[in-house]
Amino acid sequence: MPKGIALDKQGRLKDRVAMTDTNLLLTITVVVFFILYLSAVFFLGGSFAKPQNFLNILNNNASLIVLSCGMSIVMITGGIDISVGAVTSLVCMVCAVNLEQQGGNMLTVILIGLGIGLAFGVVQGFLVAHLGIQPFIISLAGMFFAKGMTTIVSKEPIRVTNEGFLAVKDTRVIVPGLGSPNKLGVYIPAYVEVGVVIALLVVVLLFCMLRWTKLGRAFYAVGGNNQSANMLGINVRRTKFLAHVLCSLLAGLGGILYFLHVGSGDVANGAGDEMNAIASSIIGGTLLTGGVGNVVGTFFGVLSLNTIKRIVSSLGFDEAWWSNITVAGMLCLFLVIQSIVLLRKNTSKQ
Amino acid sequence: MTTPVKNPETQVKRPDESLFKRLTRQQLFIPVAALILLVLFNLIADPSFFAISVKENSLGNPVLSGNIISVLDNASELVILAIGMTLVTASSGGQDISVGATMAIAGSVILRMVCGNEVSANTMHMPLILAVLIGILVSMVFGAFNGTLVAYFKIQPMVATLIMFTAGRSIAAWINNNQLPIMNDITFKYAGTFLPGIPIPTPVFITALVILIFWLVLKFTTLGLYTQSVGINANSSRLNGLDPKLIKLLTYVILGVCVAIAGFIRVSRSGSINYSRIAENIEMDAILAVALGGNALSGGKFNIYGSILGAYVIQFLTTTLYKYDVPSTALPAYKAVVVILLVVLSAPVVREKLASMKKAPAKAAKEVS
Repeated sequence: MPKGIALDKQGRLKDRVAMTDTNLLLTITVVVFFILYLSAVFFLGGSFAKPQNFLNILNNNASLIVLSCGMSIVMITGGIDISVGAVTSLVCMVCAVNLEQQGGNMLTVILIGLGIGLAFGVVQGFLVAHLGIQPFIISLAGMFFAKGMTTIVSKEPIRVTNEGFLAVKDTRVIVPGLGSPNKLGVYIPAYVEVGVVIALLVVVLLFCMLRWTKLGRAFYAVGGNNQSANMLGINVRRTKFLAHVLCSLLAGLGGILYFLHVGSGDVANGAGDEMNAIASSIIGGTLLTGGVGNVVGTFFGVLSLNTIKRIVSSLGFDEAWWSNITVAGMLCLFLVIQSIVLLRKNTSKQ
Repeated sequence: MTTPVKNPETQVKRPDESLFKRLTRQQLFIPVAALILLVLFNLIADPSFFAISVKENSLGNPVLSGNIISVLDNASELVILAIGMTLVTASSGGQDISVGATMAIAGSVILRMVCGNEVSANTMHMPLILAVLIGILVSMVFGAFNGTLVAYFKIQPMVATLIMFTAGRSIAAWINNNQLPIMNDITFKYAGTFLPGIPIPTPVFITALVILIFWLVLKFTTLGLYTQSVGINANSSRLNGLDPKLIKLLTYVILGVCVAIAGFIRVSRSGSINYSRIAENIEMDAILAVALGGNALSGGKFNIYGSILGAYVIQFLTTTLYKYDVPSTALPAYKAVVVILLVVLSAPVVREKLASMKKAPAKAAKEVS
């Protein structure tokens, strides 16, 4: 990655610059999110003002949060993985078949989800890290493989009726103090689904991992500059490999959460989620060139993306295609902002 | 990168293998070998695969039909895309993954132009050639959009084109207000089916024409040379007086033209469009064609005929798989396996390993370190 930021002598300086990048981009994201949401509350009012509405963004996107965090980690190491949406779909379908036709239970669902994720991660990680193949090509192939496999497993949507599963699916975690009375004056407590709790836990864990563990710092070092990382004694290949494994594992977990949310296996599940995940990561301040990023930013990226989707649909553009165009527009905007920031920095250094 | 230097050495060491080695080092070796394998497989499994018969089509014209004709016919869009994709790959070292989506846009624009606002039109509202030109123009604009992001904002090509990949089909639906216009005029379908009195599908001729044009352009202009030099080293080409950004942008615009032609062929096959299904997964096939043709996906030198041959091989594979009742939705899984095998085999590390396996261990150790 010819970032052209620092020569060898300035290694320390570079690290400091990179950290301020992270903070700057994170701040932009958080500010953008609050401006978006508050303006929605002020101008569109009504449904946006209700806490439950905000929690529903979380409920609907628990899996996307997990996917995006995995995507951010791969992007921090300078790679990309566009197979995550298709892996989500595959996990949902296999889990549905397992529950409905093979008498599985929650435990097998979790094992299947993580197993599929792990398998994709190991293969893709090996090909990317040890054979030096472009991650985009590999994960494109992975995406098509997962898509094809999903239809091979079952073409028809499968609705799950397994009781043990439905019990977990319908478990609601009450959030105290955020409920509101409905039209009849009955107090309805605000809730989140189980998936949201898991997703938030994942965000916190990954944040700590990226900030305070050796592996976490290695991700940044490898993404910032392969060769300097190598000279620092970091095993670059192993780090990249682990990043891909982690990403696909999180895609598997995201698949389980998606499955918990919708309760069915369907070819259309998770369609386009790889784009949403990449867009969320980029909006959240993860640089495509690697070395800069933060899962907290990614979390806010997911929220911003879905807030703007809701704003667009409540403005009356509720046809299905507007959602895609909005995502693409946001992606384009933030890509260009990033690119300008990077280009300006490069010219000022020279 | 280092393999070409090592060739002579290995050839001297094992003169008995030299012919085979020289063959395998040919750029066209992989596509030709794949084609031969497929042909052999079909010959052994079912020779009737190659049968060509004359049938009457719905208009009463005698036309050729058979699997081979179908391969040549159906590969048309892919071949045209592969040509543009090769140039883009060579100049920018990345691929455009939005070609399928942009094909939907071009097709949608062309249908909108010829149908006017009618959902089911029986006559064309505009000369076909004008509609196609507008389609090409729109497609060039989207190509320029991708090219600008890649060349001037320095965004990785695949990520930059991700934007159109996400939005393209939605924009295509938006252009026609999400209606599915149908063109019933038979002359509209000439380009995608048969011209009256000619038994060979028209797309074959269009493809031949496009290949001819690119052959002439590459032969008589510096486009090919400039593209390669930008792909090999953008900085030194700039020092030599080229404008790498402009050339990158140009290749994306050229791809836009190819996409529009492919989109036109696709919509004129049926006279209608399905935004989410039209040219689905074709970006994968186009990238695969470029890789199969022996072109480095990281840019630089290219061989456009390799990509063309690659595209035909892929269509051959698709037709063969269809013949053995593989459902179309499961096809991507099979192709993904082929892609992974191909990129693994062409990965520098693997090539070096394969080369060093045949050498003295001491030398191999030296190479690795």
